[in-house]
Amino acid sequence: MKLLVCVSKTPDTTSKISFTADGTKFNDAGITFIMNPYDEWYALVRACELVEKNGGTVTLINVGGADNDQTIRKGLAIGATDAVRVDAEPKSALFIAKQIAEHAKSQNYDIIFCGKESIDYNGSEVGAMVAEYLDLPFISYASKLDVNGATATVERDIEGGVETVEVNGPFVVSAAKGMAEQRIPNMMGIMKAKSKPFTVVPAVSFPDYAVPVSYTMPKAKTGVKLVAPDNMEELVRLLHEEAKVI
Amino acid sequence: MVLVFAEAVNGQLKKAALEAVTYGAQTAQLLGSQCVALTLGNIQNAGQLGVYGASKVYNVQGEAFGNFDSQVFASAIAQATEKLGATVVVLSHTSTGKSLLGRLAARLNAGSVAGAKSLPDISGGGFKVTKGVYSGKAIATYDISSPIKLIALAGNEIPLKADGNEVAVETLEIAAPASKVKVLSVKREEGIVPLPEATTVVSAGRGMKGPENWGMVEELAQVMGATTACSRPVADADWRPHHEHVGQTGVAIRPNLYIAIGISGAIQHLAGVNQSKVIVVINKDPEAPFFKAADYGVVGDLFEVVPRLTAAMKKFKAA
Ligand SMILES: Cc1cc2nc3c(=O)[nH]c(=O)nc-3n(C[C@H](O)[C@H](O)[C@H](O)COP(=O)(O)OP(=O)(O)OC[C@H]3O[C@@H](n4cnc5c(N)ncnc54)[C@H](O)[C@@H]3O)c2cc1C
Repeated sequence: MKLLVCVSKTPDTTSKISFTADGTKFNDAGITFIMNPYDEWYALVRACELVEKNGGTVTLINVGGADNDQTIRKGLAIGATDAVRVDAEPKSALFIAKQIAEHAKSQNYDIIFCGKESIDYNGSEVGAMVAEYLDLPFISYASKLDVNGATATVERDIEGGVETVEVNGPFVVSAAKGMAEQRIPNMMGIMKAKSKPFTVVPAVSFPDYAVPVSYTMPKAKTGVKLVAPDNMEELVRLLHEEAKVI
Repeated sequence: MVLVFAEAVNGQLKKAALEAVTYGAQTAQLLGSQCVALTLGNIQNAGQLGVYGASKVYNVQGEAFGNFDSQVFASAIAQATEKLGATVVVLSHTSTGKSLLGRLAARLNAGSVAGAKSLPDISGGGFKVTKGVYSGKAIATYDISSPIKLIALAGNEIPLKADGNEVAVETLEIAAPASKVKVLSVKREEGIVPLPEATTVVSAGRGMKGPENWGMVEELAQVMGATTACSRPVADADWRPHHEHVGQTGVAIRPNLYIAIGISGAIQHLAGVNQSKVIVVINKDPEAPFFKAADYGVVGDLFEVVPRLTAAMKKFKAA
């Protein structure tokens, strides 16, 4: 099997988010960056499991600057075969998808994995974009993925339930919780990662059609109003008369 | 023209579709244009989209729309966009809409905003729309510069406006490609409002001690007409179904009212619920971090507080 996993680098889930004083840029001082959890725990690990069982290769792809190399090396330590970084400072999802599609179009991957969303821009868009550029089916929010010969069976999360689908031939999938379990890279993996093939390629030029131009913080809560535990009539009154939500 | 794709499930329009049409109609008004709705497959009462502001409702028929496949649906929506000459396309930010948005962006060579929270600001020649980023910790303003603009509207963001009239549904002739995906089964909990669409959510965590105690949570939810949710450890332990798990790694929700029972309020939990308009926290630990993110708090034993709240709610509903 020939698999591709798209990975991005995001701030750690516990990060305190702030922006530059003029509100135009993310302030990365003091931020710990990690591989986007959906890409790492679910997409990458499931891809590695599939080739461990069926044979084949897992290629990692990232669109970003040299400061992403550490994240990519971690992916190689977890078990990917090789890695490609498209050298660019991406500003929009479509730009990223275009770069991935350019790489993938001549490679005949069986499955292209991405995470269900990145935890920074929460767009959930790149997988669908890559699928459209390559004219492939896209199965989103997959919580289970099994492959049997040329046929894959996928369970996907839908509002209030689960849908099970079957697909023949190549496809793009976005991974949600449940597809695999997080793997901590071991010492041998980390050593091996150092000598695995890792190429850096230039980006193709492509415009940005939708970019963030400024950021604000949501209105902070003004402080909690405590209600005595034996006076739930008061809570109901507040929710009705003050908050107007019931 | 603003084209709105109106989503349905089992032939019934979703609330998210009505919101998208309301948004589309208001956007069209800003642009001095008109709002047109598109439905795919067999949909009941599609004409009522006129009530929410669609001046026309189009329907495309086809076998392929029986099940959702992003490739088939995106092809039809893109063809309709081109055929009708729409310059703004509005979707709902649901699992369906999210799967379509990226495809349409690639196909129509268009900028997109996933999870829009505001009407476009078109002052100064821009087309600016806000959306939540960093899992609800911040809000970003996006500027879209492409000729076609794509927006997926966040759920429960704008109030429905039903002041128009029902319109006739016109058939649009579009040939959609055959699906390469075969749907084997769909398991959906019937009779509940799915979490992303719910306006009231009653959620409980590890403080419940075990699945056998959930009766009181379900009863409160039933009295309030709310949907139930849970924290991650609760879903991980199989105390509650996986689709109820909210937070960073679960469903992100934005109801009007979120009641958190026996949940500590870890940052990853908050990431999925911090866009709720009003948060009530019931926890016996006055130091629980959730109180910092709450509007109303009750410090007390949930096993006593929840039945009292249910009783008070019943009294309120009966009055
Ligand atoms: C990367 C990552 C992603 C994560 N994603 C998510 C996510 O999506 N969603 C999520 O929920 N978590 C997520 N978590 C886990 C999260 O960090 C917390 O561990 C989890 O939310 C805690 O669940 P809880 O509040 O139910 O349990 P606990 O933290 O154990 O809290 C139980 C609470 O119940 C209270 N309590 C106990 N008994 C009573 C009583 N009788 N009456 C009243 N109150 C009582 C306690 O005071 C306590 O505050 C994630 C963690 C990581 C590292």
